[in-house]
Amino acid sequence: MDHLDELENQSIFIMREAYKNFKNLAMLWSIGKDSTVLVWLARKAFFGHCPIPLVHIDTTYKIPAMIKYRDEFAKKWGLNLVVGKNEKALAEGMNHEQGRLVCCEALKTMGLHAVMEQEGYTGLILGIRRDEEGTRAKERYFSPRDKNFEWNFKDQPPELWDQFKTSFTPDTHIRIHPILHWTELNVWEYIHREKIPIIDLYLSNSEGKRYRSLGCAPCTFPIDSKAKNVAEIIEELKQITSAERSGRAQDQENTYAMQKLRARGYM
Amino acid sequence: MSDNGKANLLNSRLMKLVIVGHVDHGKSTLVGRLMSDTDSLPTGKLDFVKDICKRQGKEFEFAFLLDALEEEQDQGITIDTSQIFFNTKKRRYVIIDAPGHKEFLKNMVTGAANAESALLLIDAYEGVQEQSRRHGYILKLLGLTQVAVVINKMDLVNYDPDVYYNIKSEYTKFLDSMGIEAREFIPVSAKLGINIAKSSEEIPWYKGPSVLSMLDKFTEKQPPTHLPFRFPVQDVYKFDDRRIISGRVESGTVNVGDQIVFSPSNKIGVINSMEAWSVENQPIKAKASQSIGFTLKEQIFVERGDVATLKSELPIVSTTFDVNIFWMGKRHLEKGITYKLKLTTQEVLCEIVEFKKVVDASTLETLQGQEFLAKNDVAEVTLRTVTPVVFDLFGSVPTTGRFVLVDEYDVCGGGIITTYTPNKTDRLRDEVRHRDFHWLKSDIKLEERAYRNGHQSTLILIVGPSGVGKAKLAKHLERKLFELNYQSYLLDGRNVALGVSADIESEQKKQEGEVLRRFGEVAKLFLDAGHVVISTSNVFNQEDHTDLRVLVEPCQVVEIFVTDAEELNKNCDIKLSIEEAEKENEAANTVYNYLKNKKILTGHNYSI
Repeated sequence: MDHLDELENQSIFIMREAYKNFKNLAMLWSIGKDSTVLVWLARKAFFGHCPIPLVHIDTTYKIPAMIKYRDEFAKKWGLNLVVGKNEKALAEGMNHEQGRLVCCEALKTMGLHAVMEQEGYTGLILGIRRDEEGTRAKERYFSPRDKNFEWNFKDQPPELWDQFKTSFTPDTHIRIHPILHWTELNVWEYIHREKIPIIDLYLSNSEGKRYRSLGCAPCTFPIDSKAKNVAEIIEELKQITSAERSGRAQDQENTYAMQKLRARGYM
Repeated sequence: MSDNGKANLLNSRLMKLVIVGHVDHGKSTLVGRLMSDTDSLPTGKLDFVKDICKRQGKEFEFAFLLDALEEEQDQGITIDTSQIFFNTKKRRYVIIDAPGHKEFLKNMVTGAANAESALLLIDAYEGVQEQSRRHGYILKLLGLTQVAVVINKMDLVNYDPDVYYNIKSEYTKFLDSMGIEAREFIPVSAKLGINIAKSSEEIPWYKGPSVLSMLDKFTEKQPPTHLPFRFPVQDVYKFDDRRIISGRVESGTVNVGDQIVFSPSNKIGVINSMEAWSVENQPIKAKASQSIGFTLKEQIFVERGDVATLKSELPIVSTTFDVNIFWMGKRHLEKGITYKLKLTTQEVLCEIVEFKKVVDASTLETLQGQEFLAKNDVAEVTLRTVTPVVFDLFGSVPTTGRFVLVDEYDVCGGGIITTYTPNKTDRLRDEVRHRDFHWLKSDIKLEERAYRNGHQSTLILIVGPSGVGKAKLAKHLERKLFELNYQSYLLDGRNVALGVSADIESEQKKQEGEVLRRFGEVAKLFLDAGHVVISTSNVFNQEDHTDLRVLVEPCQVVEIFVTDAEELNKNCDIKLSIEEAEKENEAANTVYNYLKNKKILTGHNYSI
């Protein structure tokens, strides 16, 4: 068994634990590489099926190609897609010019809040990873959020021997992170091995640029790259020394931007 | 080294390493130093952190590279485990930096439980402290024995060999008492980078490896494929026409065509196929640590928590066993409180029967006569579960010999099963297992009989003190069910005693439960034939009912308790006052309605 098998087996185990323990479970699909790997892992875990609805939070500022890709594969893979939007904030004209962190919280965190309330989800699967940034490094596989969505990172449940937090007080929900232990490189190696069709924004375009991390168009910047296919991305990542999310403006907003965003329920 | 060397490593697996030790002994500094010395920091990270320090008017510390949370940097202590990645020439690592503050033991446990090797830090200046010992103890309980001790801050003691040897001798004694052998004691200064990436001139008297070369000597943990096959069922899927039993192989190996036994139900099946999606070839075998799914040749009922094994390597099934446990809960672990025990995919309620030895984990001192376990301490206790658990001793199959305890909503304790002494019920359970394996099965399944009869096979026990009208109620109930076309049968304990057990005379045999065993086996025959068996078994005491349940599994048992007493036993399904029981029509109706509600009486789909 190689290291990708090992990662895959652990993720499948977690995915199945989530499915068994949460009656009302959903999975967040941002169309990015990580959550697309999650969809793939779900189909592995459930033998070709994806019995978990996929929630996409539409900020309306996403790069248009992402929406096209989303609709195409939702149909092709027979996915149950639930689109969430913070209509109120959008109607009031929310955008990144009012502050990136304010905008992320309104359109992403509150947009997610709204769809969770509406659908009554108690468990939410997300594709975050420990190697992305500091606060995610401290996450649990099963991580509780209180009724205000807040993450109490100072008092997290112990996690040992794959026994997870599956019982919780009403009004809370659990975030489940099946690929928490993967690295960026692992994700690409897996995409390569499994031949997962990935959105081409990740590949170098005619101007020699590609996205390394995907988000809203105004706050996400491509990197210079010659990588035209997944194999070339893997080679590129082996040499790269900059951080994965360095093209995500909200992370760089201030010193503890991610801690603040995530404590209040950001992905 | 060239980038090519690094690139090749990147395709390999990560070694999971945890760094533990007392608060402020320099864990985060060591990790920061390792990252920096191995060139594993992302571009700009070092400058970013230095910049923050400057703005906040603090001296730069390597620890800040890790402590991502604002609070951690403000307080200068790690609150939660953090994971970071770095490479040596030999391989890739993920380092788990676990907090050393007593308050955050559960975070330390989280880090250490997921590691395959450990570095334990001791401050040369402060010497062995509370968490040095506690963490050592916890590593042992977690089964983590690949440990090296790092004696840090040697610069503060002028690299004095005496300090090093004193700590080494004191801590070796401690580790010995737990059966752990440290691979090495490495004198270092993490802050100054002495003996971290390479051996240093400052410590000429030390000839052992630097921290990095020690790490490269650790071996990767292999999945326990050489142990008996253990497969706890995680779930059963019917997304299409396949009925797939899914779960993870915890130990051993298994092949298509193997005959497997599910405990505790003792059901037997043969693996028909292994299922997998998007693979070139369907698998035909599986081994430890793989998450798999298979179909069976037989249509048998299997559910989450059942454990599949080979017939020749059966696990233990019992309700009572001895464990070593560590406690992380805010409330004490105490007798008289019900906890949820989670072992593989099983979840059962349990309580503490006996505190055998309670230990202050920071001093290893036994707390004499203490009848509770406080946060951060460890103990040897006897546990009893409400329903039987399938397990192994930790020493024989670790993955099925460890568990956590849940108090209310939180995982509060972790433990390993150390010993198990079979009691009378356990012996009976073994007998039943033998019987079930060799039972000549009818082609007519229990479900088919239930469909025809309009009810499930069920044993109804009417219990309570004598003279409260149990026998009258039993007869009435039998008649009522019979007239509704149900297969009811009154099986009195005396009838079995008169014939089947006529050869038993001595009191001793009765005490050994032979009378009860025979009654249970006769009841089992009637239940196998599909009947609702009604009995007023007041000759049997409460413990005996547990044994009766073991004998008639998987058939249901319904207990009706006739009494005016307030207190009820746990297994009571229906309580009737003496007055209620005397009105046998109404009482029988109450029972009838209960049986309908519980879908024991399902009604006839078949016209007789």
